[in-house]
Amino acid sequence: MITHPTAAELTEALAGVEAGPPGDARAAFIARVADNARATLEREAALGPAAEAAAVARLRILLGRDGDFEALNAELCARLRDGRLAPLDPAVLAHLKAGLVDQVAIDQPSYWGLAALRSESAPR
Amino acid sequence: MDVSAALSALAPRLSAAATAALNVRRLSGGASQETWTFDLDDGTPLILRRRPPGGAMSAAALPLSTEAALQAAVGPRGAPVPEVVRVCEPADGLGEAYVMRRLSGETLGKRIVRDEAFAAVRPGLARRCGEVLATIHATPLDGLPPLNVSDAASELARYETVYRQSGARRPVFEAAFRWLEERAPPPLERPVLVHGDFRNGNLMISPEAGPNGGLIGVLDWELAHLGDPAEDLGWICVNSWRFGEWRRPVGGFGDYQDLLDGHAAAGGEPVSLDRLLFWQALGSLKWGVMCLMMYASFASGADRSIERAMIGRRASETEIDLVLLMEQAA
Repeated sequence: MITHPTAAELTEALAGVEAGPPGDARAAFIARVADNARATLEREAALGPAAEAAAVARLRILLGRDGDFEALNAELCARLRDGRLAPLDPAVLAHLKAGLVDQVAIDQPSYWGLAALRSESAPR
Repeated sequence: MDVSAALSALAPRLSAAATAALNVRRLSGGASQETWTFDLDDGTPLILRRRPPGGAMSAAALPLSTEAALQAAVGPRGAPVPEVVRVCEPADGLGEAYVMRRLSGETLGKRIVRDEAFAAVRPGLARRCGEVLATIHATPLDGLPPLNVSDAASELARYETVYRQSGARRPVFEAAFRWLEERAPPPLERPVLVHGDFRNGNLMISPEAGPNGGLIGVLDWELAHLGDPAEDLGWICVNSWRFGEWRRPVGGFGDYQDLLDGHAAAGGEPVSLDRLLFWQALGSLKWGVMCLMMYASFASGADRSIERAMIGRRASETEIDLVLLMEQAA
């Protein structure tokens, strides 16, 4: 599940959006952000469950244990933090990359970095 | 306080022939500073930067008089910065503030990296950025106002603390903290003046190359400090300010080697691509943690706007940059 913010928090923030006076630049900006948030929520409802199920399946293999997404993701974070898993471990990177492709497809599908992630390599 | 009236009263001290301030308009402003544009009646175009009354100074931001002093120190050495006209005194009635010349150019990254108008300056811009950074980094420290000193390890530790406080569990950040910790370059024996926020948005670009190669102003000195020159070289390469031109790592307009060559040609200490990439990765990580910090003001109830909530969803874009850099290193 995506947090910081969660879908529930976005829904709550959207409920607090009030229409501004016509022609007001700040109100127009907020309206665009709100549209963006609504589209994000729609994508999350459509894509989120499958992304989470795929993450759980990957994490079970990577960590060699069972659990729900929150528990497995917390375990991955703990093992990376204390060094039981190395940051450049190819299996870790493969999981991170797959999860990121799914998350950015929900958060910012037009973000250019998604193309970089899906291409062969970044420029250098 | 009436900013317009205060500026008119100050006009004769800003330019001998002036008697009034015209076209006074606020451009932008956050919690820690405001920017105003105005003209004097003798035609002088100016900018006022001031701390809003009661405005909280963020822990990292410098006093405005320090920003002004840094611009005054680097300008005569050849770094393009707006000329400081006056550092305000209490009697000026503007609070903590300073006035500088207004430059004419473009700061919007999206236009700089894409518009046809900038096609002629783009090819030379990365090299020019390297040259200007070398000039800034070579500024003698004697006589500069007090500045914080930071290095790679202290910056990492600072941002890891903020990340832990956020309560987020993001494995990309966990991996990145450990990866960068292992590679962190040691503190420099002689840290240099670092701009600290050298990127699209803070660089004023002119469509004409001219003697300045298109880079006519380095703005926004509030994050300046003493540190590693590679910090500035890496920060402008963070993916979040390439505006879609992700194949051109330097600000969406140039290549790493042009930036490094410009820096070395202007007398900068040699910086390897690996060291630059370390600071680029740390920059992405910092920007990702900043997105979480901005979201935190929503979560705490301090700012319940949709804007603050949504910025948290931009943390994932920085994770892309980090994963790509870790893959390259693996």
